[in-house]
Amino acid sequence: MARAGGPSRAGGAGPGRGGPRRRAGTAAPRRADPDQPPRRAAPRPPRAGSLDGLLAAKEIVVACGPGGVGKTTAAAASAAMAACHHGGRVLVLTVDPARRLADALGLSGPGGAGIGNREVRIADDVFRAAGISPRGELWAAMLDTRESWDALVRRHAPDEETRRQILANPLYRNIAGRFVQSHDYIAVERLYEIHAEGSYDLIVVDTPPTRNALDFLDAPQRMAEFFSSRLLRWLVVPYRSRLVNVASRPFYQVADRILGTQFLEDIAEFFVLFQSMHDGFVRRAEAVTRLLADRRCTFMVVSTLEATPVREAEHFARELERRRLHLGAVVLNKVLPGYFRDPAAGRVAHALRQRPAEMARGLPADPAQVRRVLEEVADSFLNFGVVARREAEQQAELGTSPEVLATVPYFDADVCDMAGLLRLGEQMWD
Amino acid sequence: MTGRSGPTGTPAPGLLDLELVFVTGKGGVGKTTVAAALAQLAAERGRRVLACEVDAKGDLASLFEAEPTGFVEKEVAPGVFAMSMDTEASLREYLKLNLRIPVVGRIGPLAKAFDFVATAAPGVREILTVGKLCYEVRERHYDLVVVDAPATGHIVGQLAAPQAINDLVKVGLIRTQTDWMLDILSDPARTGLVAVTTPEEMPVAETLELADRVAAETTVRLSAVVVNRVLPELFGRREEEVFEVLRRPEVAGELSARAGGDVGPVLEGARLAVTLRRTRAGHLQRLREGLDPAVPVLYLPYLFSRFHGLRTTGQVAASLGEELGF
Repeated sequence: MARAGGPSRAGGAGPGRGGPRRRAGTAAPRRADPDQPPRRAAPRPPRAGSLDGLLAAKEIVVACGPGGVGKTTAAAASAAMAACHHGGRVLVLTVDPARRLADALGLSGPGGAGIGNREVRIADDVFRAAGISPRGELWAAMLDTRESWDALVRRHAPDEETRRQILANPLYRNIAGRFVQSHDYIAVERLYEIHAEGSYDLIVVDTPPTRNALDFLDAPQRMAEFFSSRLLRWLVVPYRSRLVNVASRPFYQVADRILGTQFLEDIAEFFVLFQSMHDGFVRRAEAVTRLLADRRCTFMVVSTLEATPVREAEHFARELERRRLHLGAVVLNKVLPGYFRDPAAGRVAHALRQRPAEMARGLPADPAQVRRVLEEVADSFLNFGVVARREAEQQAELGTSPEVLATVPYFDADVCDMAGLLRLGEQMWD
Repeated sequence: MTGRSGPTGTPAPGLLDLELVFVTGKGGVGKTTVAAALAQLAAERGRRVLACEVDAKGDLASLFEAEPTGFVEKEVAPGVFAMSMDTEASLREYLKLNLRIPVVGRIGPLAKAFDFVATAAPGVREILTVGKLCYEVRERHYDLVVVDAPATGHIVGQLAAPQAINDLVKVGLIRTQTDWMLDILSDPARTGLVAVTTPEEMPVAETLELADRVAAETTVRLSAVVVNRVLPELFGRREEEVFEVLRRPEVAGELSARAGGDVGPVLEGARLAVTLRRTRAGHLQRLREGLDPAVPVLYLPYLFSRFHGLRTTGQVAASLGEELGF
């Protein structure tokens, strides 16, 4: 694909590089024969109040919400649509340890290793197989917590020796690889890094399935507080002087008994080393927090209409508002078709169920079987009707007012390739 | 019984005989519901059960129509005691029991220090959670501890925490602690993991991935996979042919006239249900093929209900009991 002047944001991170930039850098060669497949995605003017418009206006979209609602897929579908119709370079960054994005993007090679910490471009062939030729480029990356931590240490360590010591510290190795909550910090940190590099016009982030979605928002602040804390300074006091320091002695006596001296020494060494990166870390964490609050960044809350996810999504939307973060869109996924709630159709189902013999009379099939089928069909309709009404109630209770509210119907097939992804995207788009 | 799908999994009569069961699953698959139902079923069968919610969202208690619970357990149904994990309270309890520290004076800064350490080395939080659960098992306060555990993406970190700490800490009280925790966690006669999934693509893929990771990275055994929300089979092949006849425009038109309204949506709804079920059958097959055949697979039907409470928890418990061969 011909791209004039490389990444359109290489110039740095100043304000005022909003709208026209994306479309400016995306002049793609016109095909000679418009009838020849695959068809090129038609440039569409984005509208306000649509996901189309939102994605065209922002540089970062953070997809968040409860687990299991199709958040990863919704993020990937949004990014794919933006790449198809807006052009430019679009990155979808998944931070999900369960490697789901590769599946949805058709990137999962043998062992699902087709997507990693480095951004990879989705080949145009993948789009072509879905019958479309994208105006822009779609890139994907998956967060590797361990690798990202290492990169962070390399960047912030004051010298080669410190860098080596940190990377070799047993505590560090465990923090980076084994434990779970460091995902949250690394996710926002990596987002910041990629955004600052300026290689993408739009970054769509899929947040980790946290126990508490707010961990994601709080992570940078917590990391900054941690490195500034007085308690941390206590911990890194040389071992001997701890015992004579009256103020901290009780703490160390207890800590020694619980943790053992060696472990405490490991902790101390780790923190002494990390102290050397203090300023870099704190500045970075503050910058990351600012980025999330920046007007170029918006949040897209994804949920289904089941009771628990709706409650979580609502809570999350309220928190975004409280923190003055921009709630751009709410996407309701896997919603049952509206006809299940149609009273007239409900009456028909009841009639079929109550008078199956009468209904079956004279139809071109075995009457006993027709009766059974009609009963099953009617029962099934009424059953799903109960669920559909429950969903409608949930939607009514969802008391948020985002700029964009998109509803995606329950597809009868899974989204497992680019065609499916774009089909989902189309539903969200307008 | 409409919830069965194909061959029923091998019964796992041992599930209720365990002492500690972690219930995990991808978000939204009904992990908490299954944990509550398992607790209910065990209690109905005479066990004294502690049900612990690790995410502290209050959903577990609501399935028993009880007020949200705290760190101190309370009886939410006959024989079922519920609590919510609170790592700070767990630390407090641990220090009180093990160090006999004059608690009030010293615990403040210490807990705060732990909070900071936990921010950087989050294994501390995990160990306090797993530690409290193992403690309840060791002290035999209950016959069974059911844990509404973190979601699939996090459970391995949680279960591997004692081993991770063990690798880091060579001596000291913590080391002694992780040793006995590992004894409990590694004993397949005492501790098990139940993975909940739905018959959908991503949950199934994640469950298979989880099974591999649990085997590779933890000492805990996967005791069962529960497939939740299995859609009923509407018709067999012959009836499906009849259904196709009914969908012909002229036949559907005749039906509409007799029923006094358009049957189109009703037939379309059934078609959606049939297709959904067929797609899901494929995922179920992939699940069974990908799992170690020794791991029992239990099926729970989709509940077409409007509210979740004692009644649905009871229904799920009954289905689970059937699957376990009771």
